[in-house]
Order: sequence, then structure tokens, then C-alpha cells
Amino acid sequence: MSGATFIVMALVIGLGAVCLLLWALNSGQYDDLEGDAARILLDDPDDMPNR
Amino acid sequence: MDALTLSSALSPPLSALDADDLSSYLRKDSDGRMRFEVAVKGAHCAGCLAKIEGGVKKLDGVDSARLNLSTGKLTVLMNQRGPGAHAVLACIRALGYGAAPFEADIVLDAGRNESRRLLHCLAVAGFGAVFTVGLTDAVWYGGEDMSAMLRKSFFWLAAAVAIPVTLYAGQPFFRSASMALGKRRTNMDVPISLALILSLGLSVYQTAKGGAATYFDAATMLVFLLLIGRYLDLRLRERAQGAGRQLLAMQAALARRLGADGAVATVPARELLPGDRILLASGERAPVNGRLEDRGTLVDLSLVTGESEPRNLPAGAEIDAGAVITGAPVILKATAAMEDSLVADLARLLEAGQQRRSVYVSLADRAARAYVPFVTGLALIVLIGQLIAGHGWGAAVTGAITVLIITCPCALGLAVPAVQIAATSRLFQDGVLIKSGNALERLAAIDIAVFDKTGTLTLGKPVLANQADISPASLERAAELARASCHPYARAIAAAAGAGPVAAGVREVAGAGLLCEEQGVARKLGSASWVLNQDNAGGELWFADGDAAPVRFVLKDHIRPETHAMLDDLRRRGVEVRMLTGDQEGPAQAIAHEANISRWRSSIGPLQKADYLKQLRAEGHRVLMVGDGINDAGAMALAHVSMAPGGAADVSQLAADMVVRGDSLSPLVQAVDVARKAKRLVLQNFALAVLYNLTAIPMAALGLVAPLVAAATMAGSSLIVTLNALRLAKIS
Repeated sequence: MSGATFIVMALVIGLGAVCLLLWALNSGQYDDLEGDAARILLDDPDDMPNR
Repeated sequence: MDALTLSSALSPPLSALDADDLSSYLRKDSDGRMRFEVAVKGAHCAGCLAKIEGGVKKLDGVDSARLNLSTGKLTVLMNQRGPGAHAVLACIRALGYGAAPFEADIVLDAGRNESRRLLHCLAVAGFGAVFTVGLTDAVWYGGEDMSAMLRKSFFWLAAAVAIPVTLYAGQPFFRSASMALGKRRTNMDVPISLALILSLGLSVYQTAKGGAATYFDAATMLVFLLLIGRYLDLRLRERAQGAGRQLLAMQAALARRLGADGAVATVPARELLPGDRILLASGERAPVNGRLEDRGTLVDLSLVTGESEPRNLPAGAEIDAGAVITGAPVILKATAAMEDSLVADLARLLEAGQQRRSVYVSLADRAARAYVPFVTGLALIVLIGQLIAGHGWGAAVTGAITVLIITCPCALGLAVPAVQIAATSRLFQDGVLIKSGNALERLAAIDIAVFDKTGTLTLGKPVLANQADISPASLERAAELARASCHPYARAIAAAAGAGPVAAGVREVAGAGLLCEEQGVARKLGSASWVLNQDNAGGELWFADGDAAPVRFVLKDHIRPETHAMLDDLRRRGVEVRMLTGDQEGPAQAIAHEANISRWRSSIGPLQKADYLKQLRAEGHRVLMVGDGINDAGAMALAHVSMAPGGAADVSQLAADMVVRGDSLSPLVQAVDVARKAKRLVLQNFALAVLYNLTAIPMAALGLVAPLVAAATMAGSSLIVTLNALRLAKIS
């Protein structure tokens, strides 16, 4: 493989990570950071953010 | 004088909300479930979260309940068999938290969108920074081994990423800069935008020319670091807005209006009109100004005037909004609508105070004002200098642009928000809620603290002071009468005696006291004029039991146990302590003497309090006003900075820059310490940022700074500034 392949791979992986983060943002996972910090202490196994 | 039979003391006060129709707050989701949003007050930890969510989920028909701790909003999804809005509110209240239907707020939603947009920008900028740094660093390390062709293609690739990333993620800065320029002003975003665009342009030029120095990495990293500062700042403002919103939601009062046909309808208080007749139970607050229609009652005016003793008002008396009925239930005939009720002058004062506050120029803005002309001037000097030295246009423009990039106020952008967020989180844990970032700056500067008396320095409720002089038998006999009343003095005697029976047939004589007759023996507990036919002294009750000698009960509003230490701590920090109170001279003097306050004023109304604050300001003092009543709100808005205890009236909590959670005011001293330390750290951060610029600028002007060094020092100075801010957590 040539260096160009690696560069393209890096770009694709990087863009993928950005898309993943944007998805997490839009699905409300960053809406209540304080609540999430507290929720880890609770025993509820089924605890998804509802939008 | 008309005598009233008392029932209100023992029956719980009716809550107007329970009768109200809340169905308009229920919204139907697309899947057919009902969505109900509740503003919850007082939830701060995992325990609260589990208790509230668990409690609501247990209600029949509730599918899910989720509390957002950051905004205090509880979202309840329920199916058709759902318990209804009232049951949900009642459930949360029974758990010991405040609850009110959540009113959708356009302002807050806009803020949330802004925060999401910033995070989007941050994500894109982070990706762009890592990628361009990787590409340009490869060129840097590759050095001579790399062919000019390969170097050029790496730079073009970096450009392909950096240009769209910077233009997209830099939008917050571009927008703010163009807005400032449109108003013919400058702010920090002007040099930032300039540096971003110029560095991209210069880099493209260099790449096309086949040069070795490009600034793509610097541009993306700059955007990334600056966005972090911007995001921290926004989170701070959001938290402050959330606090204000919660207060407003709790304030959304309802009233029971008596129709012409005698039917009672529950309506939002803001819909009341002059002439409406409103039912007020014991313990309820008058929502609007009005006249007592059917009979007199005992009214607690402490929130309105600061008077510690409730007044017995006859039928026909006018009362102001905010007065709390403590005697028998009454009908109030409204004389003003809600907007006109909060004494128009007071509302004006509040507004004026807020306007004055928005004029306050924060340290960051002041730094920007000095910084922008300095930097652009410097770039111009470099340009002209290089031209005079005969280096040609290319080198001269490159030099000038390098200066602009190097001096881009990256660390300055982080210097203030990093400290403020560290300080407010720190104080939040200590129980102080700060409603705006620059309130901390203002708090650091105070030299006088003005306190309200009733409820702020004192506990705000009277306690029996001479229990040692009273025989247990007469105390118990008096308490049998006292237990039937909700006059604070009677409550104090009942509290001193502990639990016990109520005498049969107790009657309250308005403006006088309590009376009962058993087997021909009359018992009287009341004012000196009524029991003894002598002048009232205030702060006392007399008890006559048949023919026995009358017993005197002395009642005093006690100073809070922590007041002494708090005031001493303040004085040790160079803050002069003064007191203002609407109460009469006697009790005011007693408390002032006890608290060792030499400068105080008594018997003054809300407007005079505000005048006093204005006068202090005119003398050049920076005043912290601490108060809990409606009568303090105007003065608080005019103070340099203000603080309210958690139990304060809603209006004064709204007017205050800071609210102390819980009942004790002792975190105030802590807040002053943190504020002063925060100010020191901000100034240190400015010094660090300037130091970095002072060393970098001459090198940049001479064209000695390699792009890699520029990017590294930029990140380094931001890191140092942030770490410096974190030291705030360490003061004890």
C-alpha cells in the first residue's frame, strides 16, 4: 500500500468520528451532562435518554 | 371588634394549584402518549434524581420520567390511563421538591440550539486541527528528505481540510466580529477573525508559491481552542438562565376567583383584573394589590415592608401584593392587575438596575478594547518597517500577517471563561448559585456589605425569650390558647411549650389576642392594652389566667447563630457592614447592637432603601446588598452586586446576582474569597497571555517564528491558562 492510501484512510476514519459525535449530539446525549454524571451512581440498567 | 372563630391554624392551607385545570400543559406525542413537562426545584444530586424519577414512575400509567439535572426539567410520558398533571405535581411535592408546569421558553430553546451549534463547530474544528497538524507536521519533520512535489501535495491536502473546517467552525467568531464592526465597535472576535482569514490566505499563497511555511494547522487549532473557551462561557450562561427560569416557573401563581354566582374558578394570577374577588386561605400570598372585603385578618407584611410583626388589619384595609395571610381566610377585592401590583416604582427600579448592569464592562471586554488597536497598530508598524528596510512587499505582508496570527488572543479568550467556570462550579458545590459570570468580578470589588435585618441577619421568626421567668404551669395554660392561632407570637409560645391540647372554645379577638372561658374562669393572652389596659410596648404578650397576676411573655426575633462569625469574617476582609430595615427602631437597635453594627437605619421603605444604595454608589462605594424581601428587591438591583438567601421572596431571588442555597448565609464569605481569588487568577492569566505575546511578537515581526512553533506555543499558552484556572479548586 502506498502512503496515499493511509492518508485517505485517516481522512475517512476522522470524518467517521466526527459524524459519530454529531450523531451523539443530535440524539441528546450531551443535553444533560450534570444528570449523566449523577446517573452513573444509580442502579437502573435501562436508562436511555428520551428525546 | 368582631370575634372570629379560628379554624385556619389547624387545617392545612389550601393550594390553589390543586383545583386548576392543567390540561393545556399536556402535549400529545406522535405515538399517542401524553407528554408533561415539569420544572423541578431543589434537585441537585443522584439521590434527588433517583427519588423523583422513581416516585413519578411508580404512579399508575406513567411510562417514563426523566429529569434533566442541568435545566431542572422533568419530562413525563404517560399513556391514556395516566395519572394527570395534578397527581404528578403532587407526587413531586410530596417528595419535598418544588414543582410547577414547565412553560416553553423561546429564549431558553434558542440558547440550547446555540450550545448544540457550538458543539458541532467544536467537533468539526477538533477533527480539522488533528488532521492538518498531522499533515503539516509531517512536512516539518520530513524537512529536506521530502520532495518539493510531495510537500506541495501535503499542503494542498491540508488546505482542502483546513479551509472548509475553519470557515464552518469559525462562524461564531465571524458573525460576532461582523456584528461588532457593523456597530462601529471592536471586540476580541475582530482580531480573531482577521487572523483566521489572513492565515488561510497567506498559507494558500505560500503553498502555490511552493514555500515552506503554511499556517493551516495554526488556523484550525486556533478555532478549536477558542471554541472551547466559547463553549465554557455558554454553559455558564445557560446555567444562570436555568436558575432564573426555575424561579419564574415557581412564581407562576394561580388564584381562586369568586364569580358573581358564587362559583370558584382557578385562574392564573396574571389574568386577574381590578374588581375581581379572590379567596385567600391562611398561608397564601396575595397575588395582587387589593382590599380586604368581608372581614379583617392577620397579615404578615414582612416580605413587603420588612416589618417583623404581623399586623391585624380591619375589613376594608388595603394590602399590597406579596402580603401573606396568617389569620382567618378572607376575600380580597383586587384593586390592581398583577403588572401594576408590584409597586410600579419598585418594578421600575428593578429594570433600571438591570440596565445599569448590562452596561458593566467585564474585564475581558476591557482587555479587548486595549488589545485590538495595539495589535493592528503593531501589524501596520511591521508592514511599514519591512518596506522601509527594503524587504519588498511579499516579505512585508508576510511579516505583518505573522504578527496578527501570533498575537491572536487565544489564551485571552480562555483566560476569563476558564476561571469563571471553575469558580462557579466550586461555589455551586458550596451552595452558592451565581447567576452571571461578571457577578463574580463585581463581588470581588465590594467594600461595603448592606444587610436587611428580618430574615437575613435574623431568623425572621420570633422565639420566646424569657422562658426561665415563667412557671411551666402558666406556660402550658397559655399554650392551650396559643396553639389555636397562627400569629407568630402564639406559634412561638406553642413551640416553647411543646405538643399539647387546645383549650375548648378559643376565640381570637382581632387586634387584641386570644380569649377562652372555662367554668367561669376567663383566660386571656394578648397585647398589654387589651389584657392590662396599659400602653403596648411591642415584642411582648401578656397572659391573664382568672384572678392570678398577669404573666409577661417576651418574644424576640433571634439573630442567626452564624451571623456573628459571618460578619466578623467580612470585616476581616476589609468589608464594612451596615444594616437597613423596614422594622421599627427598637428591635432594629437590639439586633444592630448584638451584631456589632454601628451604621444602620430603621423604619425605611423600599424606595428609601434604594435611595440609600444610590447614595452609597454616588460616594464611590461598591456595595453588596443582601436581602430576602420584596422590599429589598429595588435596593438589590441598584447595588453593585446582590445576594439572596434561598428562602427569600421570589422577586428578590430574581433581582439577586447570587442565591445561597439552603437557609444559612455563611457561604457568603466563601463566595467573596472565591471571587477575589478568581479575579487574581484572571489577571494572572492575562499576564501569562501577554507575556507569551511579548516574547512571540518580536520574533514574528522579524520573521523568525516557524509555523510549528507558533502552533505549539499557542496551544501551550492556552493549556497554561486553563491549568492556572483550575487552581481555584484548591482554596479551603
